[in-house]
Amino acid sequence: MTEHIDSIKTYTIVFVLLLLLTLATTVTATIDLRSFNVVVALSIAVVKMLLVALFFMHLRHSSILTKVVVGGGLLWLGILLLLGLSDFVSRGWLRVPGK
Amino acid sequence: MDSHVETLALREQFETPTQQKEASTLGMWIFLVTEIMFFGGMFLAYAVYRHEFSEVFSAASNTLNVVIGAVNTGVLLCSSYTMVLAVRSAQIGNRKALIVFLILTMLFGGVFLGVKAYEWNEKFVEHHVPGPTFHLEGTSMQGQAQLFFSLYFAMTGVHALHMVVGVGIMLVLLFQAYAGRYTPAYYTPVDVGGLYWHFVDIIWIFLFPLLYLIGRHHH
Repeated sequence: MTEHIDSIKTYTIVFVLLLLLTLATTVTATIDLRSFNVVVALSIAVVKMLLVALFFMHLRHSSILTKVVVGGGLLWLGILLLLGLSDFVSRGWLRVPGK
Repeated sequence: MDSHVETLALREQFETPTQQKEASTLGMWIFLVTEIMFFGGMFLAYAVYRHEFSEVFSAASNTLNVVIGAVNTGVLLCSSYTMVLAVRSAQIGNRKALIVFLILTMLFGGVFLGVKAYEWNEKFVEHHVPGPTFHLEGTSMQGQAQLFFSLYFAMTGVHALHMVVGVGIMLVLLFQAYAGRYTPAYYTPVDVGGLYWHFVDIIWIFLFPLLYLIGRHHH
């Protein structure tokens, strides 16, 4: 059984990075970047998610099957958000008679 | 078929301990994927309404206490850190450290929930709970403002419920660790419990900026 045991140092570095990113997202939120505020906030959140998933949840040591399942889950989440939002955002682009 | 002596690490129906461990891990991940879809629905609802009523959502979001939110995020990250150290302790067979880190994880989780309870109480005091007494200062769009707080309570509420379940899981792990059930050859429940705990952390990583930070750049 090939068990990967990461060092405490690795976990501590990831933990400190997560705290710094929390600070970064809180500070950048107060700076006016117009519509890019949400882009910055979500990008930082995605980086934090990747750090937690890859290191704390050991995803980088996981089997291909597990990685495919997680990727599949995110893909379906993407479909949900993309199709759901494109519906609401595009409403009113075309004039529908009787509406 | 050769038969093997059944142990915790190798049940009868599995060929090897690795196969058993992978089955457990995969099962947990599949559950977490259903959780992604569950929370995904609420994130979509949030995105749609924030797109429709972005100004009211910003104003409503700005009434939340960003310092408390950020500190609580830190508390939850601490709990994830102690959780991963608990798993590591189980991997190397350090029972004492495993017990200590499980207790610390529960403590941080408890602090997070306590702070959340304080925040929810504030909403009741400030009349920011959707319902007949709801009132948000400085806007005429009270209905849309209630929509923000409905999503706020639904999302943080379901997240907190997951935390309560997580603390329950930690309690079971703690008792079993105390009883000496886990060894470097078999600690799957600690590992899988950790996956759940970190997942709940990830949900909060997205809730924090979306609920607390969206309107901070314009006052």
